[in-house]
Amino acid sequence: MTAGRHAAAIQRPDRLPGHARAARPVTLGVRVARAPVALAGAVIVAAYVLAAVLAPVLAPADPLRMAPQALLAPPGGGHPFGTDQFGRDVLSRLVFGSRTSLVVSFASTALALGAGGAAGILAGYCGGMLDDAVMRAMDVIFAFPAVLLAIAIMAVAGTAPATIVLAIGLVYTPQFARVGRASVLQVRGLEYVEAARALGGGGRRILTRHILPNIAAPLIVQTSLSLSLAILTESALSFLGLGTQPPTPSWGNMLAESRRFMVTAPWTAVFPGAAIALIVLGFNLLGDGLRDLLDPRLRL
Amino acid sequence: MTAFLVSRLATLLPVLWGVSIVVFLLIHLLPGNAIQLFLGTQVEMTPAQMDELRRLFGLAKPLPLQYVDWLGRVLRGDFGVSLRTSRPILPDILARLPVSVEITVLALAVALAIALPVGIVAALRRGSVADAVIRIAGLVGLSVPNFWLAAMLLLLLSNVTPVASIGIYVGLLRNPVENLTVMALPALSLGVALAAIIMRFVRSSLLEVLGQEYVRTARSKGLREPLVIGRHALRNALIPVITVVGFQAGYLLGGTVVIEEVFALPGMGRFALNAIAQRDYPVVQGVVLVIACLFVLANLAVDVLYALVDPRVRYG
Repeated sequence: MTAGRHAAAIQRPDRLPGHARAARPVTLGVRVARAPVALAGAVIVAAYVLAAVLAPVLAPADPLRMAPQALLAPPGGGHPFGTDQFGRDVLSRLVFGSRTSLVVSFASTALALGAGGAAGILAGYCGGMLDDAVMRAMDVIFAFPAVLLAIAIMAVAGTAPATIVLAIGLVYTPQFARVGRASVLQVRGLEYVEAARALGGGGRRILTRHILPNIAAPLIVQTSLSLSLAILTESALSFLGLGTQPPTPSWGNMLAESRRFMVTAPWTAVFPGAAIALIVLGFNLLGDGLRDLLDPRLRL
Repeated sequence: MTAFLVSRLATLLPVLWGVSIVVFLLIHLLPGNAIQLFLGTQVEMTPAQMDELRRLFGLAKPLPLQYVDWLGRVLRGDFGVSLRTSRPILPDILARLPVSVEITVLALAVALAIALPVGIVAALRRGSVADAVIRIAGLVGLSVPNFWLAAMLLLLLSNVTPVASIGIYVGLLRNPVENLTVMALPALSLGVALAAIIMRFVRSSLLEVLGQEYVRTARSKGLREPLVIGRHALRNALIPVITVVGFQAGYLLGGTVVIEEVFALPGMGRFALNAIAQRDYPVVQGVVLVIACLFVLANLAVDVLYALVDPRVRYG
């Protein structure tokens, strides 16, 4: 190891002990390896995404196939996580349920990031009437508890999958607007932005080339945390019967169905909840780790 | 202080106005005809009868006029009548309000009781094994869905005692002991995630304050450590915690809807969920409006409290 370093030093004289060490570019890979928290979160999230993509290969059985001879069978044998009241394999339903939960949470968070982030950035950059109008509208959405507003929208607008995405996306839009606006306000008056403007840069160019790259960090952190909230909200809606509708498996509606059999067949309730908790933990770890990596000022 | 209150109330009015518009429009998002949805598919009506019903429900006028009518009635405390029971809605909501408020307040109490000591210990023992365990526990607490935690607590308890003996809701004033026995699990289920959030904040806030110069001054003038922490550090570190509690009031008020359903508690949330199942939309509308107003008021209370504790806010 030491010999290797000396060999390298001979080839690169600037690495000799007497020289000031050339700053080695700290790549994102190096930084991630130094941040076990973010890495742990990323591993969990990647495992879930993989499970969702490969669901037909990974699931031991058809998530919808009923087996009257094996109702509420305990874990073991052909059913590692047991079966539900219709004899359906719980593990397979969990694996396929990850598709529902992940698609809904990614789509709704993308919606909230796109709409809220853009609104907040424009409001912060333009200021004035636009700022007032946008942020007052966001305040109004923010005045409703998120889960309650999602419940109300689902109750009225029906339980189509697209509606779930719209409802969850809408209730988490104001958070992105606030983060986006606050970040723009921080960098808007900085010298490099003024320099770009003095050089004759147009509004769009300044926004996309100078401001956006410098406010991406807080938005990325917020995205990760919102993904965890979106998972929780989707499962709460499905638990209440207002989200993903049976027989399509989702972790929330599996928990709802398990309520009547929970005492005699606890596995029908334990595993779906654990599946939710683990992916939410993954997004939280990722968010926390990314915050440490990207924005030390916000360290919690 | 008066000026602060007035300016704070002035920013509140547009928000409340916006809330009223959203709640009003909610019911008009109904796909198709609200009256037909209410009647179901079994009932056939002549066009004349439909017109009569539309007039009766006040749906014949243009939307803005309907809104003005509705807002006028709401401001006078008339939330309309339930489509199922024909009872006035507001009294039925107010009768269930104390249950939901009690769950919310108890959950907050649980959260603070866990978060404050644990967060302080984590900050004082920064980098220790205890700190690491507490931080991981905090992340896990943040990640567990409250309704699943509720179910798991019920499951654990059912191994000790029959679930039926956990009890049926009794009013706080009628029998406080029994009431608190019934409310303990709901409050715990709802409070754990909030405890995790507050704990993380207490930890980071206290760590930040401990690096301040006035803490070094207090130490260097020979104050004993408990006094440094208690009198100088904590007092300042806990002020921002009030804000976090305010932000999370929405989590509590929304979460209580789900928790009431799990524990079959007769609060506003369960009232709304039953109304949803029966397509009794005016009741849903009423509950959403009341909870949103509670949330706005909770934030006002937090702001006022903050200004009381931290004079810089008032004059800033």
